[in-house]
Amino acid sequence: MNWMFPQSVSTFGPEIDRLYYIILAITGVVFVLTEVLLFYFLIRYRAREGHKAEYNHGNTKAEVIWTTVPFVIVVGLALMSVGVWKRIKDPSAFPPNAYQIIVTARQFEWEATYPGADGQLRTADDFKLLNRLNVPVNRPFVVNLESSDVIHSFFVYPFRVKQDVVPGMTIPVWFEVTATGEYALGCAELCGFGHYSMDGTVMVQTQTEFQAWEATQIAARAAAGVANLAAAGATGAPAN
Amino acid sequence: MSMTATRTDYDLLPYAGEHHEELSFIRKYIFSTDHKTIGKQFLFMSLIFMLLGGIMAMMIRWQLGFPGQPMPGGTLLPETMSPGGIILPEFYASLLTMHGTFMIFFAIMPLLVGVFGNLLIPLQIGAPDMAFPKLNMLSFWLAVPSGLMMLASFFVIGGAAGSGWTAYAPLSADGQYTGVYMGQRLWLLALFILGFSSITGAVNYITTVINMRAPGLTWFRLPLSVWALFITAILALLAMPILAGALIMLFTDHALGTTFFRPAAGGEPLLWQHLFWFFGHPEVYILILPAMGIVSEILANGARKPVFGYKAMVFAICAIAFLGWIVWGHHMFMSGMNPMLGTTFMFSTIVIAVPSAIKVFNWLGTLWKGSIVFHVPFLNAAAFVSLFIIGGLSGVFMASTPVDIVITDTYFIVAHIHYVLFGGSLFGIFAGITYWYPKMFGTMMNELWGKIHFAGTFVTYNLVFFPMHELGLQGMMRRIYDPNNYVYLQHLQPLNTFISVSAFALFAFQMIFMVNFLYSIWFGKKAADNPWRATTLEWSTPSPPPHGNFQQMPTVYRGPHEYSVPGAREDFSPQWESGGAGAPSPTHHATAH
Repeated sequence: MNWMFPQSVSTFGPEIDRLYYIILAITGVVFVLTEVLLFYFLIRYRAREGHKAEYNHGNTKAEVIWTTVPFVIVVGLALMSVGVWKRIKDPSAFPPNAYQIIVTARQFEWEATYPGADGQLRTADDFKLLNRLNVPVNRPFVVNLESSDVIHSFFVYPFRVKQDVVPGMTIPVWFEVTATGEYALGCAELCGFGHYSMDGTVMVQTQTEFQAWEATQIAARAAAGVANLAAAGATGAPAN
Repeated sequence: MSMTATRTDYDLLPYAGEHHEELSFIRKYIFSTDHKTIGKQFLFMSLIFMLLGGIMAMMIRWQLGFPGQPMPGGTLLPETMSPGGIILPEFYASLLTMHGTFMIFFAIMPLLVGVFGNLLIPLQIGAPDMAFPKLNMLSFWLAVPSGLMMLASFFVIGGAAGSGWTAYAPLSADGQYTGVYMGQRLWLLALFILGFSSITGAVNYITTVINMRAPGLTWFRLPLSVWALFITAILALLAMPILAGALIMLFTDHALGTTFFRPAAGGEPLLWQHLFWFFGHPEVYILILPAMGIVSEILANGARKPVFGYKAMVFAICAIAFLGWIVWGHHMFMSGMNPMLGTTFMFSTIVIAVPSAIKVFNWLGTLWKGSIVFHVPFLNAAAFVSLFIIGGLSGVFMASTPVDIVITDTYFIVAHIHYVLFGGSLFGIFAGITYWYPKMFGTMMNELWGKIHFAGTFVTYNLVFFPMHELGLQGMMRRIYDPNNYVYLQHLQPLNTFISVSAFALFAFQMIFMVNFLYSIWFGKKAADNPWRATTLEWSTPSPPPHGNFQQMPTVYRGPHEYSVPGAREDFSPQWESGGAGAPSPTHHATAH
């Protein structure tokens, strides 16, 4: 059994991982303690000649202890979780000046919309990618999630990001990646029979690479026009 | 709270001593109003559906263990399911949906509530039958067509529902997203009918426990199984109508074009999740509380000790039942609901760990300084404790909202739910069936084969479900047809194959149970009236009890789990025997086991 999370590559990843390992340690101790006691009692108090069970209805002090101690521990865990959760999920706590894109999910693909030359989303010069995201390293990045059919879930494990994508809603999710490379994007919510095949790639580049890539995309967008994008995107390659 | 319950309203129900009418075959075995027969009918029905749900699980495991390879016997299925024996993704979606649906609604729930509720409540409270015997019969005869309708949906055009047992809208609200039209509607209607079956049962259990307790059977003298079933019935009575309402809305969305959950015309997909889980989380406790009651009782019997902290156990059941209503949002942390709502639900959820912890510690306390007899029911009950600990602790990970980001919708959740519902509920059911089998059928199940089944199930069960934690931690999502589609999951294939092979072994061990169960009905050793030397009222009746159960109304003299009372000649002091602290009764049929 491997209890380790794979390496995280986002700024808040280590905070989640730390909470996970704290819970793993606490539950691990409780697990060993209770299971050892259980098996010890089963062996120690097995029926034997001349041995009689003790007539005992319980112990109020014990009840109070084993009510209070778990209560304090779990409430402590919840309190430790509050701040991390707020920092990750609360839109009002998102870092300012993040690079914004839209990702539209549909059976069974991801379409990313980048703001284009004007830096504004939902304008005519937006450009699109299919089943692929380009992300600059070390920069806050916000994905506005939308769905055009059913519920999907945007899941990039190394970023510690998972968020359901709900038709009729725009749900922003943010992350800041700390290492360049290619990472798998997956769908984590059953979205139909092709659910398993709804994968994509997140390409994390240095900021210089990203800007260069963005510039070529903008140029290509200007040259090609909207009509070719879907066809180009279907190959999974960047539109150009 | 009165010392003795009045019986005036139900005086028309005769005890066995007053009852002489001979019933026709149909009234006795098919349209029976006898709670014990109805309990047995539920037992046969749920075991058949559980077998079907198990076969579906085997097909799921075949695909995950040996993706894309022809399944043995797969060519027997229609081309629309597995052409050339290879499971199609569409069929896989139906399989995972129907496996969950059958196991939850047609196996675990009727086993716990339908079987043990029916069998135990009147017998353990000293009543001749349920308060409303005909309503009870209706409850069973609603469940049967519901299950058959669900099963039939595999064979309609488009196949069975493929939107998961949780049926998240809009995937479930419009056939164009799955290609399943009739199958989804049958799913909705079948569950709707099953809801009525549960409601009629719940009304009966609640009325019976409140009104028909034997003289002397005060609330705090009720066996813990009755307490658990009583609280469960209240949960079912309140939760099932919510499901019924949600199902109607989804049905009209699907069939009549309404837009409760379809966003294209202004509907709200998250409303379905709120309604479903507002029902669904109490449902989770419906699926575990009766097993907790049964296990408490069997642990006390095996350890020959009173239940440790009986009142704390009762309060813990009540606390779980209450808190169960305000935790539904923890299924929706990533759903897109306001994240600050997630924080609120995290606190209510994490607090519900406390009564669960209380129960575990009290079970350990019950074993402490006992004199443990390892009969088959006890072994299964001890396994329940051991595995419920794992299921309970893995729940703490999900309750922490940031950690839930990582593990939700992965195999970690699959592992968790199976540790609670299989490791927990199903081992509780094995304990309950083997414990009350002699009272149901008048014969004993084979002890050796019972132990072989227990040991084999315990080992293979853990080999199947424990590694699923690792699959989840490595990022394998739930409900995916072929994880190899993701490069980063490909290294998990050997583990998936190992799990599948273990699952086939786990399934094979269940065949031992089935054979032992059926064989012993006709060829089992004749059972004594009280083979486990137990204390609750059902053991004062013959095995099996006649129509009307008791010769006359019994009187209760003491608490429910009085074992090893100092000064008593035997190490058990039945509730029905008068006299000092457990003075032995000459009429008692004690037998060694």
